[in-house]
Amino acid sequence: MRHPTRLKIGRVGAGCLALGLAFAIPNGATAQEQPILITGATILTVAEAGRIEDGAILFQNGRIVAVGPASEVEAPSDAMIIDGTGKYVTPGVIDAHSHIAADAINEGAVSVSSMVSIHDVIDPTDIAIYREVAGGTTTSHIMHGSANPIGGNNVVIKHRWGEDAQGLIFQGAPPTIKFALGENPKRAGSPTLPGQEARYPASRMGVMDVIRQAFIEAAEYKAEWDAYRARVADGDRDAIPPRRNLTMDPLVEVLEGTRYVHAHSYRADEILQLMRVAEEFGFRIHTFQHVLEGYRVADEMAEHGAHASTFSDWWAYKMEAYEAIPYNAAIMTQRGVNVSINSDSGEEGRHLTQEAAKTMKWGGLSEAEALATVTINPAIQLLIDERVGSLEAGKDADIVLWENYPLSSYAKVRTTFIEGEVMFDVDADMAMRAEIEAQKAELREMLGEADDEEDPDDERDPGRRPGGVR
Amino acid sequence: MTRGPGNSFGNTMNDRIGNMLKSIVATAALLGTVGFALPAQAAAQDGGTFAVQGATIHTVSDGVIEGGTIVIRDGRIIAVGNDVDIPADAEIIDGEGKHVFPGMIDSFSSLGLTETGAVAVTNDASELGRWNPHLNAHTAIHPASEHIPVARANGITHSMVAPGGGGRGFGGGGSGIQGQATLVHLDGWTVEEMEIEKTAAMVLGWPTLSTGFRAFAGFGPPSGGRSFRQAQERFDEQVAEIDEWFVAAQHYRQAVASGSDRVPRNIQLEHLSRVLDRGMKVIVRANGWREIESAIEFAEKWNLDLVIAGGNGAREIAATLAEKNIPVILGPVQRVPQGEDTAYDDPNTLPGALHDAGVEIAFATFNSSDSRTLPYEAANSVSWGLTKEAALEAVTLAPARVLGVDDRLGSLEVGKVGNLIVTDGDPLEITTQIEWVFIKGVPSDLDNKHRSLWEKYNNRPARRVTTTTT
Repeated sequence: MRHPTRLKIGRVGAGCLALGLAFAIPNGATAQEQPILITGATILTVAEAGRIEDGAILFQNGRIVAVGPASEVEAPSDAMIIDGTGKYVTPGVIDAHSHIAADAINEGAVSVSSMVSIHDVIDPTDIAIYREVAGGTTTSHIMHGSANPIGGNNVVIKHRWGEDAQGLIFQGAPPTIKFALGENPKRAGSPTLPGQEARYPASRMGVMDVIRQAFIEAAEYKAEWDAYRARVADGDRDAIPPRRNLTMDPLVEVLEGTRYVHAHSYRADEILQLMRVAEEFGFRIHTFQHVLEGYRVADEMAEHGAHASTFSDWWAYKMEAYEAIPYNAAIMTQRGVNVSINSDSGEEGRHLTQEAAKTMKWGGLSEAEALATVTINPAIQLLIDERVGSLEAGKDADIVLWENYPLSSYAKVRTTFIEGEVMFDVDADMAMRAEIEAQKAELREMLGEADDEEDPDDERDPGRRPGGVR
Repeated sequence: MTRGPGNSFGNTMNDRIGNMLKSIVATAALLGTVGFALPAQAAAQDGGTFAVQGATIHTVSDGVIEGGTIVIRDGRIIAVGNDVDIPADAEIIDGEGKHVFPGMIDSFSSLGLTETGAVAVTNDASELGRWNPHLNAHTAIHPASEHIPVARANGITHSMVAPGGGGRGFGGGGSGIQGQATLVHLDGWTVEEMEIEKTAAMVLGWPTLSTGFRAFAGFGPPSGGRSFRQAQERFDEQVAEIDEWFVAAQHYRQAVASGSDRVPRNIQLEHLSRVLDRGMKVIVRANGWREIESAIEFAEKWNLDLVIAGGNGAREIAATLAEKNIPVILGPVQRVPQGEDTAYDDPNTLPGALHDAGVEIAFATFNSSDSRTLPYEAANSVSWGLTKEAALEAVTLAPARVLGVDDRLGSLEVGKVGNLIVTDGDPLEITTQIEWVFIKGVPSDLDNKHRSLWEKYNNRPARRVTTTTT
């Protein structure tokens, strides 16, 4: 099912994007057929080509065809040409930690909730999907919450506003799971209600214990399945499979290295301890999330091979964030950790390049390093860097055209493409507003007529917006 | 003799300041940046003479002076211009390539009133009960809060510290009389040294006209809810409650004025009665246009010197606000638009729209730990219609006017207090570095918790693990 608003974007977007040229995105099209060339712009490739002044980028069928100096990129005769003079082009922004587009976030009743998945609760009508595209974000890692030491499974989406839940999913992105340490899984912020039994754990010791015990069980469960499969392979027709355990299945994938751990963490001590617990069981903590004290154990993280996805400058909102510093990303980067800046919020997800710019101010990362924290680095953390995160021929045409310099507090998006399709355009948005206003006026008129026939004692809400999506 | 961050300088100034600044320079040289440990207030009483020579001076009140010089003596600005005599005893900062701006004012913060949002015992921003006109932020401002030097290091030199707010995520205290706000310099050994106006304004939280709410931080669908009629009734009742307090305050004032010795002292009414007949500024926190309209009506009834804080819905009644000269303290600009069908850039376009309509605007963070991001709140309006000049004014001279202290603060003019910042560029731009901060005419300490931790961990030696177990 397509969201009705999106159909309007498609239609209006096509008209506005034409920029005087004949161009149309057919409603319902999923692949961009007409080649598009953006030329004359400063292109920040986040690849070997680096920053290209007076550059051009050509894309077709949802993939990047060529990137380079404007003089070297030739456009096919049927290409739509966008004048990028004075503008900037970057890869679509990737948010490694988001909670938008989901109807539920936490399954907090148990300490290990690996049986649940965000996959089952994707909400494609969340307007945040669109608002973040308007800030250049094209891919997001929608994560389970941090209520339990081992949380649920996450899902990677592309911000294909208008698609249904299935259509948002980033096909081929390897599976991930949420872990959480510290105050949240201890439920420090959520005291038990009177009469309610307290949920274990309540200390950082208990958090590590829950994780360790879960993996002891997962290893045993895995051994049962391995033994069963070995018997089947040997031709044993009487072999009885072990009882399927949906909580353990994802943890077995972690042990086998096919599901990647993203661990919510704050303090340096818990970061270190989790790496050691993982090492006991022979797996790796793929990415630490938040990791606000990562700067204290950056060497250990680099040695373990953990990545870090952190905030730009939030601090002091809770005890374990009191020693957070805005230099965190720079220190970790300079000590060899792959670092991304994430949003954890439908607000911050609308201006992640600005957050990335703060790594230049606090700790002196270069322009390329800073932009990498919201493009190629999160792509590496989500193991989708073959597809997205930089502007290189063959990659997905997830491209942002900026009115001005993106690593700036003045940054403003002009147009965002996902796989070559316009997902946001400033002019299209303006046109859509006019259409929404007209629709509202029409609805008000209809409502007004209905009101005339209404029982005066009717308690129905005359101010309620009709046709709400939720 | 000239100096700048990291330059050595002579000893013509008095020894106390000299020694202090030497330690600054020694530290700066060591760290390769500006950073020192002595509170600037050490020198405040001694005055001192400083000149920034050959800089681009952004006066805010009277344009930009290229290659200009500004001189501060005994805490005041004594000269600004191209043709300025520098006193022989002045310490000179080489302004070549540098920019001088007035220090920035966070028009509404909880700086000093909260340390760690989630740790209740560190929060003094909100008191129990809804009727606290007699409480004053001044009594709880913690001059040693780690948040203050963090804000200051990014060029925030003053703030109106207001009760009723809190740490990050705090809603703002709800409907009622929240108490008196204090305007402070963000430097001082005690709150008395920080104070500009002990009582800058009375802060009221206006009721919210709301038909529903979301369960938690935007996660999940709306729950609860009431009809518009019910919401309106509830709203009117809450306004009537506030009105009762004003009636009581008026009666109290009349009773006291009558000279009767039978009036028992009521400290709540004593304080509240001071706002009547424009005796004190009244800052009303209100967001929706209906709420703002109601607050204006109320202010007219009681002849209040009204300032609106929040003002998300002010666009709809901008003409009224302009006509009645009611300023709006805006922020944060980096917020999610209210309502699913609200334009994605509604928060960004609001400041420009109000400014164009002739409304006086000032920016605020309504926060403590995030106060340093004030300049980015302003900048985030610039690509959406507010001029850079107006944005700068809205964090300097405009807040000084709104808070009634523009005779002393907010611009670089002869006679004003020596509050200024020296930068390597536009202070509203993220990547700009703040190199000097002068508060009350003396250089202020730019060291803070974050910088100290950065220095410490950036210099962490290679990992050392000594095996002490067998």
